[in-house]
Amino acid sequence: MTKSQCPPRGEKVNAVMRYLPIALLLAAWEAASRLGWVPESLLPSLSGVVALWWRLLREGELFAHGGASLLRAGAGLALSILVGTALGILMSWSRPLRRALQPLVGILYPLPKSALIPILMIWLGIGHLSKVAVIFLGCLLPVVLSAFNGANGVDRTLIWSGQSLGATRRQVLREIVIPAALPEILSGIRIALALSFILLVSSEMLAAREGLGFLISFLGEAGNYEGMFAAVFTVAGLGFAADRAYLATVRRALRWREA
Amino acid sequence: MARAKIVLDRVGYTYTSPVGGPVRALDGVSLDVGEDEFVALVGPSGCGKSTLLYLVGGFLPLREGRIAVDGRPVEGPGPDRGIVFQHFALFPWKTVRQNVLYGLEKVGVEPARRRELAQRYIEMVKLAGFEDVYPAQLSGGMKQRVAIARTLVIDPGVLLMDEPFGALDAQTRSLLQEELLSIWGRTRKTVLFVTHDVREAVYLADRVAVMTARPGRIKALLETRLPRPRGADLQRSPEFVERSEEIWKLVREEAERAQTTEARGRGSEVGAQEK
Repeated sequence: MTKSQCPPRGEKVNAVMRYLPIALLLAAWEAASRLGWVPESLLPSLSGVVALWWRLLREGELFAHGGASLLRAGAGLALSILVGTALGILMSWSRPLRRALQPLVGILYPLPKSALIPILMIWLGIGHLSKVAVIFLGCLLPVVLSAFNGANGVDRTLIWSGQSLGATRRQVLREIVIPAALPEILSGIRIALALSFILLVSSEMLAAREGLGFLISFLGEAGNYEGMFAAVFTVAGLGFAADRAYLATVRRALRWREA
Repeated sequence: MARAKIVLDRVGYTYTSPVGGPVRALDGVSLDVGEDEFVALVGPSGCGKSTLLYLVGGFLPLREGRIAVDGRPVEGPGPDRGIVFQHFALFPWKTVRQNVLYGLEKVGVEPARRRELAQRYIEMVKLAGFEDVYPAQLSGGMKQRVAIARTLVIDPGVLLMDEPFGALDAQTRSLLQEELLSIWGRTRKTVLFVTHDVREAVYLADRVAVMTARPGRIKALLETRLPRPRGADLQRSPEFVERSEEIWKLVREEAERAQTTEARGRGSEVGAQEK
């Protein structure tokens, strides 16, 4: 009987304990700037940052720049998922394609994709297109590799079962290989999601007319450190929310794994 | 013996092991399995008995010898030969019902009939009430029941079983053996059953083929000559014990031989193909 009452309380205590370090860190930050331990020019006060964040939100700045950023990240990521999943699965399915692409993937995988930003800016300008291209290229390989490994690692007895139940080659690919590879594909996409934020902000900081990365470097250069911090936190918050939402979606999609 | 349903004629198989070098898995295997006959393949691990089953299934390419089912050479997997694997091989993203329905969809049974057949086979393996459950939520024995239902529901003429009860605990195994016998008594299939459990082979089969250590050949082919229908109490009868002893001796010779060759070669690739 006590058992049935205990878990919720335990969970509440747990949640408090989990966020306690963050709360302490924020309190220490506010105290440090209020008490003058660190100069305002290095670390603006937390309350100042929050106030400026609220202003940027009310004035619509965050929506305008955030919208542009999300559009770029979303488009680049979506493209990389579509192309990368298809490519990875086909590479495991077709030996000639695997032979042709494997060396290319091996060379390109360790290349830091941020090095492509300046080149893509020369080719595609400093608008949406170059950002989408950078994110697409940067996210493509993790997705390709996870789809390839996922499809390659499918238990052969699953494929054989499908074949002996009358499935054609194409049906085996669509109805057995892809769903069996899904857990691995989805974890590759999570890595791509994190990469997309990194590439988004670094490309927008380098050269752009809008976007949260642009906002960070613009406010920083103007000496508006409170605003700069507010923009940084917006990016961090969006990244965190995207990751959490993604994880929740994955959990739903892979419900069948739960015992 | 009734006319041969499966004909194996001088079947050999060589594969390249992951550490390089060819491995001779099977050599000159010839065997006829009659219509509705239950034949068990026993032998030490690594003797190629599963490989032989996969060749009949059409999952591995046949390069040496001839395999025919119903007089037609095997050219690949097909719904005329159903298979049940040791580790079940259920589609984990499909529910019990969806697993059983899969083959019915592929072989083109009309939708209304599919559902009815699936339900009947789910009930036959005693899983009524679990239709909408995912495999992850089932015990090993229940998973294997689903696999059996999924395979039998499309009514294959041949049933291939690859150590189907090898991953189950002793109680579950003996229950499923009895159930398999009762299902087989009703549905009548030609069964090729791979196991390393001699008692299981004698209990289930009409004939037992004992295979040699690698390269696998057929060392002996023995009739069990035990009355049917068989119940669990058969396993205490003197005939059963005697027949099991006789076959166990043959298997043991090969198991010992396999161990000495393994020790000599430090087992560079033992079981690479089997597991």
